[in-house]
Amino acid sequence: MQKRIFHIISNDAVARDTFRLELRTEGRVVMGSGQFVDIALPGRYLRRPISVSDVLPDGLILYYKVVGEGTRDLSAMVKGSELELLLPLGSGFHPEKCRESALLIGGGLGAAPLFLLAKELLARGKQATAVLGFNRADEICLAQELEALGVPVHLSTLDGSVGTKGFVTDAIAAVQPAFDRFFTCGPLPMMKAVCAALDTPGEVSLEERMGCGAGYCYGCTVITASGPRRVCADGPVFDKEEVLW
Amino acid sequence: MVNHDLSVSLCGIRLQNPVIPASGTFGFGLELADSLDLNVLGGISLKGTTRDARPGNPTPRIAECTAGMINSVGLQNPGIEALVSDKAPALRRIYRGAIIANISGFSVEEYAYNCARADSCPDIDILEINVSCPNVHHGGMAFGTDPASAAAVTKAVKAVTHKPVFIKLSPNVTDIVAIARACEEAGADGICLINTVLGMRIDIKRRKPVIANKMGGFSGPAVFPLALRMVYQVAHACRIPVMGCGGVARAKDVIEMMMAGATAVQVGAENLRNPMACPEIIAALPALMDSLGINRLQDIIGIAE
Repeated sequence: MQKRIFHIISNDAVARDTFRLELRTEGRVVMGSGQFVDIALPGRYLRRPISVSDVLPDGLILYYKVVGEGTRDLSAMVKGSELELLLPLGSGFHPEKCRESALLIGGGLGAAPLFLLAKELLARGKQATAVLGFNRADEICLAQELEALGVPVHLSTLDGSVGTKGFVTDAIAAVQPAFDRFFTCGPLPMMKAVCAALDTPGEVSLEERMGCGAGYCYGCTVITASGPRRVCADGPVFDKEEVLW
Repeated sequence: MVNHDLSVSLCGIRLQNPVIPASGTFGFGLELADSLDLNVLGGISLKGTTRDARPGNPTPRIAECTAGMINSVGLQNPGIEALVSDKAPALRRIYRGAIIANISGFSVEEYAYNCARADSCPDIDILEINVSCPNVHHGGMAFGTDPASAAAVTKAVKAVTHKPVFIKLSPNVTDIVAIARACEEAGADGICLINTVLGMRIDIKRRKPVIANKMGGFSGPAVFPLALRMVYQVAHACRIPVMGCGGVARAKDVIEMMMAGATAVQVGAENLRNPMACPEIIAALPALMDSLGINRLQDIIGIAE
């Protein structure tokens, strides 16, 4: 883990309450999908953990949602501003465990880490299909970016304004994609339904309120099938069998 | 800049500097070994340990506050045997400074058992006794909120170890001096204070407490003046050394704690927002000492009368 200064290249609203943040730094950035960074915000006591959506040779692309005062502050920061990040943090997805084709299942902003995962899978010569669920059309993000990689994207919206009406599980049932491993990130009830519906091996990215973000305060522990595990360091990605819903 | 002496002597143990990450904010040290040079630290206070492994409290365990945070980890730990047979020896292989075991218990007998086990471990230098735990035999009242209970724990622990014993006091009391004196009279070798201040936050959108356990320990820069006042009071009322703890975030705070009477200074919550906090504070001390005309840190202990 390192503490590094990044500067903001762009920080733009891309969907309802959803921002895309592009950062650059001195030197190389090496991170994998499912890992995250912990951002210090001026005037806020604790850092904000945010998953990595894409890695550039000397930068990062992050997506975040404005949910409180801290993320509202972040959304007001302008190009050129400095941010202090801790990185790389967490244990991420395992694209190498996919044999041939993967199903990427995102709920809301859970789509963000799946973008980097899709790139990693394609680089390994695997196939990937994405199913992304949102509440409504104006929350949709990353669908076009995934399609631009060549990943087929199927959408579901709760209000039926775009794609399958209902949940990601409804879209999966409608599309019947072929895959040998799934990867999911999103709200807990969605991931629970996904794990119950799919019998292939799968990986789940959990979220929890964090203290240090790096495994030494034990503030984000969840009880798993193999005992207490720190979401920030042992996760955030766990095999689906590990998660006790 | 002249040569500055940052070393202090704590119960006859020489620390290269007085800065120690506080228990619960630095794991067992091992978690951070790849991220910073542990050997710059004067000591390391390890995660609080009970007899049996504990999974800790449900989440959320953390709540952000203005100038601080609340935690309710619930003493998640792997148990005393893992400490003495695995964690402390593993840390000793990579760390030369003082290793402080933080011991908890839910009965006087458990404190004594845990300390006897810790005493058998040559890799542990100092025992720090967390008396903020609830006494299961007395309606769950914390040992550290009553002079007689705190003294009973101290006496039981001193009977089973030759290592220096520091009692870590809770600030959630009406008379901290009475409790510190009771510990000193019962044979404590030192006092560590303060533990966290009981606090609470409510999520006004969900209309529920933020912390799953409702309340938790508040720490961070907001508690520094409270901690400093208690360190001052205890250091002046007792003859045994004090480790000052509570809201320390900068080199200036270390100097202030020492001037109040602390021989060593622990850094807690700051580690959670900045894992490099302790090395950065230690690196900043010589220049600050220079500007204040301090040659030896040992000379300023309790100097503010």
